Amino acid sequence: MNMISETRQKSLLYLENVSVSFDGFKALNSLSFVVEPGELRAIIGPNGAGKTTMMDIITGKTRPDTGTVLFEDTIDLTKRDEADIAQLGIGRKFQKPTVFESHTVWDNLELALNRSRGVFATLFYTLSAEDKARIEEILETIRMTHRKNEYAANLSHGQKQWLEIGMLLAQEPKLLLVDEPVAGMTDAETAETAVLLKEIAKTRSVVVVEHDMGFIRELGVKVTCLAEGSVLAEGSIDFVSNDPKVIENYLGR
Amino acid sequence: MISGFVFRALEGRIVAAVGILLGIGILVPALNLLTPPDSAIHIPTYAMALFGKYLCYALLALALDLVWGYCGILSLGHGAFFALGGYAMGMYLMRQIGPRGVYGNPILPDFMVFLNYKELPWFWHGFDWFIFAMAMVIVVPGLLAFIFGWFAFRSRVNGVYLSIITQAMTYALLLAFFRNDMGFGGNNGLTDFKDILGFSVQADGTRAVLFFMSALMLSLCLILASAIVRSKFGKVLVGVRDAESRVRFLGFRVENIKLFTFVVSAMMAGIAGALFVPQVGIINPGEFAPANSIEVVVWTAVGGRGTLIGPIIGAILVNGGKSFFTGAFPEIWLFALGGLFIAVTLFLPKGIVGTIQHGLKARHALKAAADAEKGRGDATTVAQAQAAE
Repeated sequence: MNMISETRQKSLLYLENVSVSFDGFKALNSLSFVVEPGELRAIIGPNGAGKTTMMDIITGKTRPDTGTVLFEDTIDLTKRDEADIAQLGIGRKFQKPTVFESHTVWDNLELALNRSRGVFATLFYTLSAEDKARIEEILETIRMTHRKNEYAANLSHGQKQWLEIGMLLAQEPKLLLVDEPVAGMTDAETAETAVLLKEIAKTRSVVVVEHDMGFIRELGVKVTCLAEGSVLAEGSIDFVSNDPKVIENYLGR
Repeated sequence: MISGFVFRALEGRIVAAVGILLGIGILVPALNLLTPPDSAIHIPTYAMALFGKYLCYALLALALDLVWGYCGILSLGHGAFFALGGYAMGMYLMRQIGPRGVYGNPILPDFMVFLNYKELPWFWHGFDWFIFAMAMVIVVPGLLAFIFGWFAFRSRVNGVYLSIITQAMTYALLLAFFRNDMGFGGNNGLTDFKDILGFSVQADGTRAVLFFMSALMLSLCLILASAIVRSKFGKVLVGVRDAESRVRFLGFRVENIKLFTFVVSAMMAGIAGALFVPQVGIINPGEFAPANSIEVVVWTAVGGRGTLIGPIIGAILVNGGKSFFTGAFPEIWLFALGGLFIAVTLFLPKGIVGTIQHGLKARHALKAAADAEKGRGDATTVAQAQAAE
């Protein structure tokens, strides 16, 4: 008991016995999962394992039937909605890149910037020198300075993914949830994305859901394998990929 | 802060549009009042009233564009806010009749005497006071939009479902206002107006001022709408239209953003209705008809949604066409309107202004590409010349 409460206190994100079902289908089955501050974690698992549902629960899109979801040990995320949770410092990247296509790259980042988000604050907002510098810094990080005035609709698939990651950085989250960041990317883009995510993880916690085993190997971090709504195995990539249950359920023989 | 907000609104084409609107607002009344009726440049009063009506419709279309073009809320009930603003103005005008009604009752309007009302219903109090009535012109539509939007946006009613309940809202109001015991004149509505602020509503001078006020209010609302869509809030608004969940996960309260825009838009529609009523001389429940609200959508689509200026042009062109066709070939008007909507949907999906903007942008890009090509061509020639030496 003592050990559990200690893990909980140290955790950034703490899920315990979380279950949720849709029309009788158990998407999550007493899932427990802990992310520590500053940790970069990869999640793998077959389709329907509950990876996206888990993200939906953390970000307030779906309410769990039972279980505990705590942020920084004290904040009960099951009682908050998406906007609240985003403001607490949890950012989310969707599976399909979701950026504002009819805005420029710059405007996309300006909107994402962690500033007051009320109606009147945004109506009377003017870009300060500090905000400008911050946006330029993010443009450098995601390597898109030369395309800052381009409409997001005209970006390539890989660039949209990076722009979305840039928007999450602008949000200054403590925890970043990234759903399949390298789906549809070229090998070169995939390698660059791994570098980018590792850089981001230096200052915050990142949880990456991915199918690309090569990419996960490149990240070189602790891996959690989900199947049928609960944790199947957890550990280093070599440990997990040699686990017979993981091979059976996910990797295939 | 505020000055920055307004300054941002004054983009080139908005300034041009405001200039044209105010020019028309001054020129048309001047030509009506200052030229003799037999002069070639004289504008008859009926034409001025007709064009004044178009300006009110243009303001209604502008209001719809703010919610539909920028926030993606397709309201099929904006006619309701227009009509409520119109009724608020109508109630003021009814109270101004005083003892000059057919029944000569100093307090009660004619229809109330006819329906055996003993005293003025509570909600008619205060409407004899111009300032109060004008406040109600924006408060009543704003309040309805607030209550409606509060529930609809909080429960995340979206897309076609939202359109259907806005349509139901205006239909419910249509049925309610048709009832005699609602206290708004039932089927006949409010009419036989005499004075506004002591001036006869029939007088040419009054009509000229009403025309100018329509142009002025349209200009002010255009500047306000432009300031809104060009602020950071406006960018969030377009974000809500294009990727609502992204906005939510960035930490914005989408329901508040929608609610604010919907209420501002409803208030603009109310102002349009209030200016409409004294110029046409009547307000009745027919204004709540669902078909009216759908027509506003057609004007906006024809002019180009999401352009602010497009809907103004669309409203004036379509209504101008309507006046012409219903006069010249009354039986084909509805076919012409239907045909126009199909033609715009098929050939001009961005509307008139949207298509022009798109064309200009494309020409610009093409020219830039051609210049780059030419530059490279020159460089190649130079390189070849050098190689030849």
